[in-house]
Amino acid sequence: MLATFLIVLREAIEAGMIVGIVLAATRGVPRRGRWITLGVTCGAAGACVVAAFAGRIAVLFDGAGQELFNSAVLMLAVVMLAWHNMWMASHGRAMARDMRRLGAQVGAGERAPAALAVVCAAALLREGSEVALFLYGVAAGGGVTAPGMLAGGVLGLLGGAALAALMYHGLLRIPAHRLFTVTSGLITLLAAGLASQAVDFVQQAGYFEVGTSTLWNSSWLLSDDSLAGRMVHSLVGYTARPSAAQLAVYVATLGCIVGLTRWLRRSGAVSGAAGG
Amino acid sequence: MNPSLAKTRIAPRLRGLCAAAALLGAAVAAPASAKPPLKIELTLQGHRFSPSTIQVPSGTPVELSIRNLDPMPEEFDSTALKIEQVIPGGMSATVRLRPLAPGRFPFMGEYHADTAQGVVISR
Repeated sequence: MLATFLIVLREAIEAGMIVGIVLAATRGVPRRGRWITLGVTCGAAGACVVAAFAGRIAVLFDGAGQELFNSAVLMLAVVMLAWHNMWMASHGRAMARDMRRLGAQVGAGERAPAALAVVCAAALLREGSEVALFLYGVAAGGGVTAPGMLAGGVLGLLGGAALAALMYHGLLRIPAHRLFTVTSGLITLLAAGLASQAVDFVQQAGYFEVGTSTLWNSSWLLSDDSLAGRMVHSLVGYTARPSAAQLAVYVATLGCIVGLTRWLRRSGAVSGAAGG
Repeated sequence: MNPSLAKTRIAPRLRGLCAAAALLGAAVAAPASAKPPLKIELTLQGHRFSPSTIQVPSGTPVELSIRNLDPMPEEFDSTALKIEQVIPGGMSATVRLRPLAPGRFPFMGEYHADTAQGVVISR
């Protein structure tokens, strides 16, 4: 039961952290609850579908279907996270102005939570399909230990949900005027980490074999397999043995998102000054 | 500020992006590796890998063809090899190992880590 709990918890950490950050980043946005619930539900349902068809996905693309599917899901999440930060950079100022003027949280629009709902769905889809396959295997195996193991699995899922809640409430302790700066930073790091995972999956599939050499090995300090390693991995994309390509993609993603949001914020400030 | 000024500022960035995209495309299209991969067959039965010790020459790409004879899915997982791949029950999967430096690279079946253990030895 403990083993099952730990296996499922490990898989649920990344999704839990992402959902927690997304909840904090959309604080005060109207209808965000509905969007995020939709994203989480679709992701969980999609995970079960992916688990059911895992065999068929695996044989696609000359046996590399699973890796390419994983990297596609990760890249979708990266694009949505980047898009959210850019949207916030160009609309955040106007949003804050409207909120002050009207004293209410209106005019935020619905597009930002929609992008983050996709991020939640992608996070649950990827990790959730592995959990679903694992629990299916446990149930199919039967035996006297199966009920206990399934209970462990359910506890692991609850652990992931608890982590999301902890992340969310932890972030909410940050004063409101600084919260968006912090969540934007977290989202940028999250996107860079997911992008470097995506390039790793592409290389596992046998494509884009550039910069595959391992740069360093810090597993003596923090192993990818430990719970702490897994958390840092989910949060900032830590890996004990990064390849040159992973580091390059990580830095490029950071650079692109920071550069584009700065540029949008500056041009937003200019047009805002001109218009208002 | 007038919009044309903003436009002139974007153009070089766009050009840079295009160049980067072209480079990326060329790299993806390039032949993956000069050496043909060494193919090794493995089976997984009773949550054990067989063979569980795999000797490979260093610097050569290797393709592991793993047949899961158990009715349950297993996840081939190795942080040392940087591989994470699910093998559904009764199915086969291909795991590609990148050219390795000499050393020991343990792997495991994550869903049954107590028995499903193995190691790739590269020399």
